[in-house]
Amino acid sequence: MTKTGNNEIYSTEEKALCLSGKGVTKVFGSGDKKCIAVNNVNFKFHEGEFVSIVGESGSGKTTLSKILLGLLNPTDGEIFFKGEPRDISSIKKRKEYWKGTQAIFQDPFSSFNIFNKIDTVLLDCLKMRGVKRSDKQEQVRLMTEACNFVNLKFAELTNKYPFELSGGQMQRLMIARIFLLKPKILIADEPTSMIDACSRATILDMLLKLREEIGMTIIFITHDIGLAYYISDSVYIMEHGKIVESGLADEVILNPKAAYTKRLINDVPKIHEAWDLDTV
Amino acid sequence: MTTPMLEVKGLSTKYVTRFKENVYAVDNVSLSLEEGQSLGIAGESGCGKSTLALSLMGYYFPPLHYMKGDIIVDGKNISGLAPDEVRRSILGNEIAYIPQSAMNALNPTQKIINFIEDVIHAHNPDMSKMEIYQLAAERFETLGLSADVLKMHSVELSGGMKQRTVIAVSTILSPKVLIADEPSSALDVTSQKMVIKMFRELMDKGFIKSMIFITHELPLLYNVTDRIMVMYAGRIVESGTAEEMVFDPVHPYSKGLMNSIIVPESGVRDNKLTAIPGTPPNLKKPPSGCRFAARCRLATDECRKSEPKVQHFGSNRNYRCRLTEAQLREEHSND
Repeated sequence: MTKTGNNEIYSTEEKALCLSGKGVTKVFGSGDKKCIAVNNVNFKFHEGEFVSIVGESGSGKTTLSKILLGLLNPTDGEIFFKGEPRDISSIKKRKEYWKGTQAIFQDPFSSFNIFNKIDTVLLDCLKMRGVKRSDKQEQVRLMTEACNFVNLKFAELTNKYPFELSGGQMQRLMIARIFLLKPKILIADEPTSMIDACSRATILDMLLKLREEIGMTIIFITHDIGLAYYISDSVYIMEHGKIVESGLADEVILNPKAAYTKRLINDVPKIHEAWDLDTV
Repeated sequence: MTTPMLEVKGLSTKYVTRFKENVYAVDNVSLSLEEGQSLGIAGESGCGKSTLALSLMGYYFPPLHYMKGDIIVDGKNISGLAPDEVRRSILGNEIAYIPQSAMNALNPTQKIINFIEDVIHAHNPDMSKMEIYQLAAERFETLGLSADVLKMHSVELSGGMKQRTVIAVSTILSPKVLIADEPSSALDVTSQKMVIKMFRELMDKGFIKSMIFITHELPLLYNVTDRIMVMYAGRIVESGTAEEMVFDPVHPYSKGLMNSIIVPESGVRDNKLTAIPGTPPNLKKPPSGCRFAARCRLATDECRKSEPKVQHFGSNRNYRCRLTEAQLREEHSND
């Protein structure tokens, strides 16, 4: 049992498995140029769980997120979706998987098609969700509801292009997309690293609200262990493609066992404890 | 009394857009920076931090325009100097500037030593290549960077290494003031720590005499700087020591910013993050009265009508609000 950022008591004991992996490995290149980006990784993500994958640049966390999203195939190992082996061998099956698995990426500026207006972006989501094209009223109602959820005004956004918004607003628009699609799994790859601390608080708050509203599993990729501690139920720490420590956020971050986890915590500036700059 | 390394009095600058609209990005900013002191500037995106950094150098080129105010570097007023004169005599040896994403500015076809030669030759054309190499190698070794880096191209360096190299190149002439604009935002936590350690070494070893550090990461400012100024809509709304600003902010905007701090310390999960609602105002037409009024829960009609004056308390605390310190503290205690 653990307490999360929004003060709820969380337990994985009674939750069903949503996504899990056994011996997942991804190798790029061969021979001298062989690079093992993800090395024999095992994980279990439960329904409604907020889980963070933490590591430095080059630790393999983005490669793992691409495997989870189905954008990359693992070289070895298997991924299970709701207890069954995940099958995304054909385009049709992959599209079906993506209905339930969505992502928010690091750079909001390159997440949108710059030729599409914001209403087109949101209408595409409604199309994926199966809302009838003829039902204009329902379309506007749903888009307005999604924009309200992220504190944006739909009336002000119509006829605008995504690049006319600020970074924080764009990332909120991404969350509005997720709100419309209501996936079972959300993979958020460093969604707050390119926006300021104030907008970051808003985005984190909205992710927690999304989880509460839709009950989705959120996989949060970050290099900031402070963020992971604040927001997640459980954390996986990755170093050189391997999971070196995992468990409930409170246990891992307040009582770390692995030397790498200790170092990551030590590298983050703090306000109540001294920041040891000598150990770099 | 010693002369401050940098003194700014009532500086105002603006951008002029291609539609001839004025954007008042820095409005009546005053600050003072003593030798050995580091000053942090905090605030949201779009509040004028980076424009202030550019304005402080006294090097204006369109769309940025100087309006009024004085910039005094070690007793010398540079605000009236022509851009060419600023470039020749101020930039690099009096004031050095590290912009955001500086590491991406390195020309990939040039070796690192070539950048250093460019910087030194701009101010001291008689220095030989051998002398420059010796100076650079010694400086790099002192700062914990290998002298081999000098012979490398930027593409051979990692992100953190590139950023540290840019800092070493920018400070090679031992400037009196270093202005670093979000120097560690694009780096992971470990590289960020190495960059911060380097800034501290530069100060300790006297390679820079004072520093202005701009970031929205408050825990970082708290650990790096002596004083913090909070900026909103082109104006300084509060200033004080790093300790005072993080643990005892008075202005409602500073208070809101401090509520967004996330650190891996026990108890952090019990505090709910509170974001400041709304967005900063459009500086083409700054609102009359207090610029923060539209987002402030304490705002009254009076705040929207009349401009708040700067109030002072304690040894050197300043804030811009109509309410008294006691009234603000009482409101914060009710939160």
